[in-house]
Amino acid sequence: MQTPEQDSFLAAPSAPSVKIFGVGNAGDALLGALARAEFAGAQFLAVNADAAALAASSATVKINLESKLMRGLGSGGDPERGRALAEEQFSTLKSACEGANVVFILAGLGGGAGSGISPVLAKAAREAGALVLAFVTLPFECEGNRREAQALAALEQLKSAADGVICLPSQKIFKLIDENTSLVETFKFTGGFLVEGVRGVWQLISRPGLIQVHFADLCALIRDRHAENAFCFVEASGPGRAREVVEKILAHPLLDEGRALAESDAVLVSLTAGKDLSMAEVNRVMESVKRQCSHAQIIMGAGVDAALKEKLGVTVIAAKHGSQPATAPTSVTARTTETRTANAVAAHREAALPRTRTRKTGSKAVQGQLPLNIVSKGRFDKSEPTKHNGEDLDIPTFIRRGVPLN
Amino acid sequence: MFDDSNIIAGLEIGTSKICVVVGEQNADGALNVIGLGQARSRGVRKGEIINPEQVEEDLRAAMFEAEQMANVEIRSVYLGVSGGHIRGFNNRGVHPVVSADREISPDDVDDVVKNAKAINLPAENTVIHAVRQHFFVDGQDGVTNPVGMLGARLEVDMHVIHGHANRLQNVIRLVRATSLDVDEIVFNGIATSLALLTGEQKELGALVIDIGGGTTEYVVYSDGVIRHSGVLAVGGDHVSNDLAYGLKVHLSRAEKLKIEYGCAMPTDAAKGQTISITNELGLELKRVNVEHLQRIMHLRLQEIFQLIAQELEAVGLTDYLRAGVFLCGGGSRVPGSVQLAENVFQMNVTSGHAGGVSGLTTALDQPEFATAIGLVKFGSLKNRKRNELPFYKKGFLGRLTQRS
Repeated sequence: MQTPEQDSFLAAPSAPSVKIFGVGNAGDALLGALARAEFAGAQFLAVNADAAALAASSATVKINLESKLMRGLGSGGDPERGRALAEEQFSTLKSACEGANVVFILAGLGGGAGSGISPVLAKAAREAGALVLAFVTLPFECEGNRREAQALAALEQLKSAADGVICLPSQKIFKLIDENTSLVETFKFTGGFLVEGVRGVWQLISRPGLIQVHFADLCALIRDRHAENAFCFVEASGPGRAREVVEKILAHPLLDEGRALAESDAVLVSLTAGKDLSMAEVNRVMESVKRQCSHAQIIMGAGVDAALKEKLGVTVIAAKHGSQPATAPTSVTARTTETRTANAVAAHREAALPRTRTRKTGSKAVQGQLPLNIVSKGRFDKSEPTKHNGEDLDIPTFIRRGVPLN
Repeated sequence: MFDDSNIIAGLEIGTSKICVVVGEQNADGALNVIGLGQARSRGVRKGEIINPEQVEEDLRAAMFEAEQMANVEIRSVYLGVSGGHIRGFNNRGVHPVVSADREISPDDVDDVVKNAKAINLPAENTVIHAVRQHFFVDGQDGVTNPVGMLGARLEVDMHVIHGHANRLQNVIRLVRATSLDVDEIVFNGIATSLALLTGEQKELGALVIDIGGGTTEYVVYSDGVIRHSGVLAVGGDHVSNDLAYGLKVHLSRAEKLKIEYGCAMPTDAAKGQTISITNELGLELKRVNVEHLQRIMHLRLQEIFQLIAQELEAVGLTDYLRAGVFLCGGGSRVPGSVQLAENVFQMNVTSGHAGGVSGLTTALDQPEFATAIGLVKFGSLKNRKRNELPFYKKGFLGRLTQRS
């Protein structure tokens, strides 16, 4: 499944050249949050439809998709507009991607720019010959179902356009923060997770490995798995760091407390530590991961980075095959798909429901009501309904039993 | 406060009426009903308060009437509670007998009862009653008092009735607001069965169904102990509501029709019969088909009985009801309800009367007052027991009512 471009990349002896795109306001913020020092050699680019926001961005290259059409007001939360803008300037985007082996796209889905531009950018980058990895966040539930629907639709498009999508449903963050966390901190926190993921992947491909994870491995892992990829990055230090790392992985909310591992088809584990990384530690981590996902194909990597000193960092990417063929064209509409994202979002909403892999219902689980004539409950209309085995006993018996009166 | 007084009052805040019964206990413990007060209840739905102010007003009216009649001042009441949130279930406690001689001591009994009360309730729920059923000594069934027996393992079955703490507190607070004390809260079903059943009937096995305005309580006794209890938040109000809906008349008119023409079994005589509804000037507004009226009522009441029958079938108690079914509450006044219950339960059904108390015969004969009378009876039993208890245990009865 390798394209010629990737072959040429793999043949390249030097470290891959990486471009990191922040799309939309959220993407910009994420871009800003990435610690530059760690990404030596990467180029940062901001893409936005909002000139004002773009001006404030710290990215080295700024691409403004502004057009007269929008009168400088941005995409206005409408992904269709964002998409139209991006397609209008497709060549600009493509040329911006030229020369990169890997393109990272950071975006917050749900709004206009992130949802609209990202898929087009991914397509452009791919056409420019780069491998495209998208790191996106899904909106919080409270942001409304329109944003959620837009985000899910955009995620779908992105999955078909990019080589890999790593997605973080923000709602999962709720488990991690306490009630008093401010909004700003929450978003920072969400962003922090994504940044960790980017850093993990970055390290994976940029650092020399004792047990090398080939770039091809990464591609093979995340490509064609058009279900959501779950990822996490954990760090620990000290003598018991291997055990601590395992515990953290298994308790990590982004992996659904380890359930994502059990459900995945392929898992990539990459360990990075200082020079004192021992075989026993590697073994310990790998054993525990393997036990969690006995069916999955496991790719492991281990690297040494003197800068880490005492710390042991582990990046885990768990991917699951969707039931759809990878090449299936994805419609632009908010078609509901069988994704773990949808699952995860739904699972948050209805914790009581058993986790099912095949949820064909809409992204928003709304109880539909058939247009039958509704029986008034008279004086019990406003009181707590008396339910018995699913029957509402407040409704007259003769109606529930269908006894005719004539 | 009550130790020096022998006046006991029972208060039932029902969906259709608020009812106070005042009893006097003589030195032998025998109970004499001396006062009765009632008022139409307007602030209650399905056994639960929805308008405290209105309930308070009605409550004061009922209390006033009862005090007038009995010529006493009521300072505290036994309060009956009901509502769809109340549930009953059985729980078993286990306790190993550790003494060297394996003789079961009263302490062992206390411990096993404590164990049986340690149950997993939802956080917002509180226990209303925990009624001891039977002890098991090394698996031997049916022991009523194990003290002094030899055994290694003592078990006890408890019937625990619990309900939503806040909703129970609401009623208690409301009664307190009228400067009345609440001696204890009692599940209406238990009060009713106290009034209705004799010891012998409890021994044989009996089902008591109290069809009230907003709720229907049911309690099953067998072998002298309470086996099962529950509340259906369906009652006479539902019958009226069904009629109002089915016959397309006002709720108050439906209520009147129910009382005047109601019947639990469809009768042949009703075929083709109509009732004309007239306005205040005597002009006919509408004609109502009696057959329809009866059919609607029949279906609703039948459903209530069927739901209870299914419930008992599920817990396997149907075959233990050798004394039969006892009906009371306003719903049992509907002509044909006994026959309908007989059809559903396939056993002997009696319209219950409060027994074991003397006094106002008019009050005792009414099925609606069974609960309030039962509350007084409950109080008299507690009083009697309290007088036998050492002083330091007297306080614990008000455990739940003390919280506010």
